[in-house]
Amino acid sequence: MATGSQVQLEGVVPETRSAPPSATTHRVSQHTVEIVSDSGEGAQKCGQIFGSVSAKMGNGVWTVEIIPAEVQPPPRSAPGASGNRIRIGAQPVTNWGDASDLMIAFNEQVLLGRHQLGALAPNAIVLVDDQWKTHDDERIRAQWQAAMAELGQTGYRLIEVPLEAECLKAGDNARKGKNMFALGLLAWIYDRDLERIREEIAFAFRKKSEEVYQKNVALLELGVAWARQHLDFRFEVPPLPTPEPRLVMNGNQAIAMGAVAAGLELAAMYPITPATSVSHQLGEMCEKFGGVVHQAEDEIAAAGVAIGAGWAGKVAFTITSGTGLALKTEFLGLAVMTETPLVVVDVQRGGPSTGLPTKVEQSDLLTSLYGAPGDAPKIVLAPATIEECFHAMITARRLAETFRAVVMVLTDANLATGVQPFRRPELDPEWLGTALDLSGVPAGLQPYDWDPQTGLSKRFIPGMPGGMHTATGLAHTRASKVAYDTESNQLGMTMRSRKLAVLQSMLQPPAVHGAERGDLLVVGWGSTRGAIEEAVDRARAEGLKVSSTHLTFLSPLQPGLKQVFARFRKVMTVEINYSDDVGDPYITGESRRYGQLAWLLRAHTLVDVDCWTRVLGEPMRPGAILQTIRANVKGGAA
Amino acid sequence: MSTCSLLGCATEDERVFQLSDYEAALPRWCPGCGDHSILSAMQRLLAAEQLKPEQTVFVSGIGCSSRFPHYMKTYGFHGLHGRALPVAEGVKLQRPDLTVFVVMGDGDCTSIGAGHWLHAIRYNMDLTALLLDNNIYGLTKNQTSPTTPQGHTSNTQPYGSYLPALDPISATLGVTNASFVAQTAEWLPSHLYATLRAAYLHQGFSFVRILQRCPVYTPDIFQLAVRDPNRIELLVHDDGVVLPDLDRTYQNQLVHDPSDLDEARRLAEPGDRLRLGVFFRDEKRPRYEDLRRLPKLMGEAKFARLNEELDKYAV
Ligand SMILES: Cc1ncc(C[n+]2csc(CCOP(=O)(O)OP(=O)(O)O)c2C)c(N)n1
Ligand code: SF4
Ligand SMILES: [Mg+2]
Repeated sequence: MATGSQVQLEGVVPETRSAPPSATTHRVSQHTVEIVSDSGEGAQKCGQIFGSVSAKMGNGVWTVEIIPAEVQPPPRSAPGASGNRIRIGAQPVTNWGDASDLMIAFNEQVLLGRHQLGALAPNAIVLVDDQWKTHDDERIRAQWQAAMAELGQTGYRLIEVPLEAECLKAGDNARKGKNMFALGLLAWIYDRDLERIREEIAFAFRKKSEEVYQKNVALLELGVAWARQHLDFRFEVPPLPTPEPRLVMNGNQAIAMGAVAAGLELAAMYPITPATSVSHQLGEMCEKFGGVVHQAEDEIAAAGVAIGAGWAGKVAFTITSGTGLALKTEFLGLAVMTETPLVVVDVQRGGPSTGLPTKVEQSDLLTSLYGAPGDAPKIVLAPATIEECFHAMITARRLAETFRAVVMVLTDANLATGVQPFRRPELDPEWLGTALDLSGVPAGLQPYDWDPQTGLSKRFIPGMPGGMHTATGLAHTRASKVAYDTESNQLGMTMRSRKLAVLQSMLQPPAVHGAERGDLLVVGWGSTRGAIEEAVDRARAEGLKVSSTHLTFLSPLQPGLKQVFARFRKVMTVEINYSDDVGDPYITGESRRYGQLAWLLRAHTLVDVDCWTRVLGEPMRPGAILQTIRANVKGGAA
Repeated sequence: MSTCSLLGCATEDERVFQLSDYEAALPRWCPGCGDHSILSAMQRLLAAEQLKPEQTVFVSGIGCSSRFPHYMKTYGFHGLHGRALPVAEGVKLQRPDLTVFVVMGDGDCTSIGAGHWLHAIRYNMDLTALLLDNNIYGLTKNQTSPTTPQGHTSNTQPYGSYLPALDPISATLGVTNASFVAQTAEWLPSHLYATLRAAYLHQGFSFVRILQRCPVYTPDIFQLAVRDPNRIELLVHDDGVVLPDLDRTYQNQLVHDPSDLDEARRLAEPGDRLRLGVFFRDEKRPRYEDLRRLPKLMGEAKFARLNEELDKYAV
């Protein structure tokens, strides 16, 4: 998105309900919609269908879930807001944007909650269920009054919608159907294809009865009719031509699909948000392929099971998040030491400790690199988009086998729940790897016959005659014999480390987004790519000499970083993890703790890399990055 | 290429394995350590059963006992303290064709790895799990373990261990889906061998607690039982272990039908006599790897299926 501008609303007419207004259609390049309710009222389903239909109609789409931390938060509570934010565009949308331009809220409390979080654009249009205004309970009426008074101070255009009352026309349980009515409102406002919506409804309720489907469609149509009669605005977000077939799914689904495409037949896991839905997805489909999702007794066991499978010749993966990764570290060290191929997906969430279970952070980078006792070099890569989540699994499996290595795939809560259309991959049988070959081991070969140049060696897999040996987490020789002598340990360490250098020699320097030289280079990794690049585009449109680069490989780091950095006056990372801000009490150049990528890049390149990081429990907003860019280009070194 | 053309034998079936085919590095346990006799019983068993060395796997944790795989000329995985079982489960889940043994110490299995132990019993995968129980932490030099007898002194509890010892047999019998539970002693080689064999032949998770002397740190603990056969009671049954050669020395014998779980639990209660034999055995218990074994789709068929899944997300 080049501009990310807010929409100007022309011709706003005063509220009248008597005669149908003639609606003005505003043509916009992108628009962000939010639908929020108490949990269990179906706002998420409404948002998902809206996002999916928009993608099918050719719009760029990015959907994020708005999830309360509790399963059943008290109704009508500000922190209990549950739903979706859907940003649609005339071009591919790469991130959730800055704020919502339009919102449908099922009660004024969830609306207030989102307002207080700064989720709404200053001139947002808000449609809110008005049933609370005249509710039997006096306390609720008072809450409504207070909330609406507060919201009246803003620049929002507040429109009261008789959501409940209208829904009652289609049946006696309005609570169950409001989401479909809301979908009808959105369908009219954005002129969505009703036939496609009906298909989605049929798909969503396929396991229920025809009657349920009919009722939902009736509610949808009531919503459309109400909007047509009462709303004086519509938005047109022109679709983009999409020649190639696309898929639309979230990052966790893409990880699951990628795992199958990569030939990974065993996912060992223990439930932890936001990683769990990968196993839900796999659980549903894995068995069709003969694969297994093993819910272990804990994260440690999950890692152990995956290692056992990998050592026995069937590379497996384990998937976790936050505290679960901490539990696995001992096993990761063992996999490194025994050179057992293993893929670990870490869907990062807020830490430390239980932290922010449902929210995004990028704070496991250093743990992934260094969070095992001793020196345990691992391969660490971070997909930046949903599409890359799919392909990362294929890369990871291949690297794990080729390098007899642990490959960490770092995604995060933003990718896990974000939904985005992407090019449908053409499946390549080579992705599956080769079938287990248990031919005998030629005499004289050893289980760790490290090539002195590359550190690479051939795996001996149980079942191979002549390959019998005992893999061990103790220091060992080429023959896998326990060895406490000085030379063997030094050699083993050197060989395991060498593999990363070999991999680095095969990688490309990262591409630069924007000009090859300038005043400021923003460096990012993982899910922030879309937001960073959008901010850079906006800054460049303002004339600022800023570019960005995004790292896929964090270990080994891609080559040539120092040369890329040298072409910019200043280099700064943008990350969703904690760093001190210089100028805060006690925080000086010397005491400051840096963001994790900045820390790594400083050590790696000896360039004075600065950082701007935030841990707000939400994805980066391009507007916030833009402000930082402005401050750092105009103000020089901060 | 076939295995044997590489190894220079005509066909696989013609290979005959000798005891020496299972012997790897010379064991480094202390002289008199009970682990030695467990190792030789195991090597004898493998030779008797003619298990192919390349198809046999020993997984262990960390401890003196966990050095076991290094001394077997099979495949071995010497992993983390307490974590042998998950690794073994991963091997078995994806490679059911392999014969998998698990060797653990008492600290390994009943302390740091207790969670995995409990769940391994319930998974009931076809593994033969051996608890080499010397009632002490050997490798780390004399610390109290959960199975250390109450009052026994160690480096960490110099005034004697405070709590009653945990009984691994009762604990195992208490877990849902237990399928084979036996106890034997390393100083009775014929009983040890017969028990290992029964455990190996059992389909499912066979748990064998082997009382093991550590002459360095617990020289006294099993001494009374070693010297005085009267302190031992053998559980005998055609479905368990029967050893006529022991009849004369071990006259306390109790016929116990291993299908009787209630009786097994009662017999496991601590008493005056050490009970050796098969406490419980039921091959009809569900095995996790069988429940999870599905026909695997490969290559084209797999991708056709995956494409169907992707269709659901097609725009
Ligand atoms: C995570 C971890 N904690 C502690 C240790 C140290 N450690 C090694 S072996 C052992 C106990 C060994 O006792 P046991 O399991 O009974 O085996 P034994 O040596 O008696 O055969 C301990 C505590 C370790 N290796 N790893
Ligand atoms: S310390 Fe005890 S258990 Fe360990 S090897 Fe020596 S005798 Fe055996
Ligand atoms: Mg011990």
